[in-house]
Amino acid sequence: MLNYIIGRLARMIPQIFLVSILAFIIIQLPPGDFLTEQINRLRATGATVDEAEIQRLTNMYGLDQPMYVQYFRWIGNIVTRLDFGYSFLWQRPVNDVLLSRMGMTFFIAFLAFVVSWGFAIPVGIYVAVKQYSFADYFFTFIGFIGLATPGFLLALVLMYVSYAILGIRVGGLFSPEFEPQPMSWAKFMDLLGHLWLPVLILAIAGMANIIRTLRATMLDELRKQYVTVARSKGLSEFQVIMQYPVRIAINPIISQTTYLLAWLFSGGTVVEIVLNLNTAGPVLWRALLQQDMYTAGAYILILGVLYSLGSLLSDLLLAAIDPRIRFGAMEAA
Amino acid sequence: MSTAHPTTPKRKWWDFGKKSQPGGEAHEKDETFYRAGQWQLVWWKFRRHKLAQIAMAVLGLFYLIVIFAEFISPYDPQKRFKDYSTLPPSKVHIFDAQGSIHPPFVYALKRERDPVTLRPIYKEDPTALYPVALFVPGDEYKLWGLFAGNVHLFGVKTEPDTFVPLFLLGSDTLGHDMLSRIFFGARISLTVGLIGVVLAFFMGLVLGGIAGFFGGLADEIIMRVIDVLLALPTIPLWMSLAAALPQDWPQLKTYFYVTIILSIFGWTILARVVRGKLLSLREEDYVMAARLDGESETQIITRYMLPGFTSYIIVSLTLSIPNMILGETSLSFLGVGLRPPTISWGVMLQEAQNLQTVAQTPWLLWPVAFVILAVLMFNFLGDGLRDAADPYVT
Repeated sequence: MLNYIIGRLARMIPQIFLVSILAFIIIQLPPGDFLTEQINRLRATGATVDEAEIQRLTNMYGLDQPMYVQYFRWIGNIVTRLDFGYSFLWQRPVNDVLLSRMGMTFFIAFLAFVVSWGFAIPVGIYVAVKQYSFADYFFTFIGFIGLATPGFLLALVLMYVSYAILGIRVGGLFSPEFEPQPMSWAKFMDLLGHLWLPVLILAIAGMANIIRTLRATMLDELRKQYVTVARSKGLSEFQVIMQYPVRIAINPIISQTTYLLAWLFSGGTVVEIVLNLNTAGPVLWRALLQQDMYTAGAYILILGVLYSLGSLLSDLLLAAIDPRIRFGAMEAA
Repeated sequence: MSTAHPTTPKRKWWDFGKKSQPGGEAHEKDETFYRAGQWQLVWWKFRRHKLAQIAMAVLGLFYLIVIFAEFISPYDPQKRFKDYSTLPPSKVHIFDAQGSIHPPFVYALKRERDPVTLRPIYKEDPTALYPVALFVPGDEYKLWGLFAGNVHLFGVKTEPDTFVPLFLLGSDTLGHDMLSRIFFGARISLTVGLIGVVLAFFMGLVLGGIAGFFGGLADEIIMRVIDVLLALPTIPLWMSLAAALPQDWPQLKTYFYVTIILSIFGWTILARVVRGKLLSLREEDYVMAARLDGESETQIITRYMLPGFTSYIIVSLTLSIPNMILGETSLSFLGVGLRPPTISWGVMLQEAQNLQTVAQTPWLLWPVAFVILAVLMFNFLGDGLRDAADPYVT
């Protein structure tokens, strides 16, 4: 097991390096550098630009240096001081703008993740056991719709439905009266009252995927001989199903955890924009439209690193659950 | 199965593609089955998949619209009918005010203003009937930029100097006909996926091929890159890349670059399929036999290994088209992909971004229905193809 963990950790380093390169490329993509852009914008509005300030920023980001120096200065600031740069759009350090909102985005994705697992795993097992039943057809149908409808379209439609039929204006994270208050129990409950819609929208898409995968692998496993053997040995039907085929069929679901999270996050970005939530998705959107590239780059980098961590966790979990993987790794080592 | 069997043989799955035949011809049927080529078998199995066949028919219809959009659309999609902005979907009548039956017709509309909200409201004027007819002359167009014409598939028959709108899905805030725009939008939205998939196909085939065939370090590097790309949320990345495209580019250039951006992450899945298949096929006896026969490496790959997984490639290509359609829609919807005056389903949805518009003019959401339908149909088609292409599933 220790060998496996070490090997797995070693694989993470090039992964994170690749992600950081990708984020840096995105920062560099818009034509010209952001500083000139920013100065032009300030001059266009008639503001005076302090030459010393320009000099300070040029030095800080190494804009007069070659590309690789800029990269190392940027990544160096992040690694040593967790400094993601300065957001020109918000006129504040990127950390202030992004980190708290990112937390909220993750909270939403996490809730959606819990909801989709908690609902989809029992349903997936059930529809496999009761193949061709009404429930099977029903959830297959819902699953197809869920897969075909991206969250933001669902959000648009639900927004219309809840307004036209229920007369509720959905959107935002807090009711206006709670917005300026510090966090309290009442504010938290208000938050939950607003969160259910984005969580539900994201969870529907996630569920569709899990049910489909779980149903397919379960059906394969249920046809195998060990199931018949277990049954003939007199185990209860519940034990026959839960103790053996489910343990195997659950593996692909666990190994897909990272992809599911990535997926929730991906769809979540647009859903958050549509529902006008004060989270990281809209920040990225506005930053991109205004070419505030340090914010955008930080967003991509943080996501990428968290996903590497996520996939590490899901691999370790998989190794803990499935002894075959541990042995496979030991033989290889 | 023997011909001496006295009763009519049970129909097997390979018979389902054919008409039922009287008994006693089982021997011939076996012959056709055993002699059938790979694609014949796939086709027979595919015909059993009803949903996939429906999907193929619907998609066929969609692409007919894509090809003949100028003729099928009732109006020019860029033409603004200023007197008929935000018009709700037109009502086509069969009964007139007196209750007698006519061929389908519409009434002329009178525009008024709501005294409170000042929004335009339209009242039908039941004095004159305007019949809806096929092959009606209307807006001038040039089919594929080549053939001039003015006949549209359907429209309202009127005197040359009067205009009565037939906006089956309503009109947008600028007074464009929604239906015509959806048809022309299909031209962009449904081809982004196809072109993107072709690009992804080449990247996936080359990189997956290198990884699978040469193995070793090349394999390791390519697979790590794929791992990273697969684990990243695509939409934020697509957004970041697309936002860097200059706003002043010509439409065609932006379109082309958006497809490239969409395929940057699309090739990974295909590359995995290609690599996995190459690795397993490399161990097959018939590949060994070909090698012993002195065939060259290129021959082995193209003549023996490639046919072994063409069907898988087709399936994963079909299944990745919907992702690209959704990608284009999301990007254009957010204003970082295609921009007006380009018409695509995502661009059309830009108008439906806020609750106000959605609540008052819900027909602006019609492109949503078309996006979902197209994506659903591609998924059904892909599923049907997957079942049909898998030789181990009967």
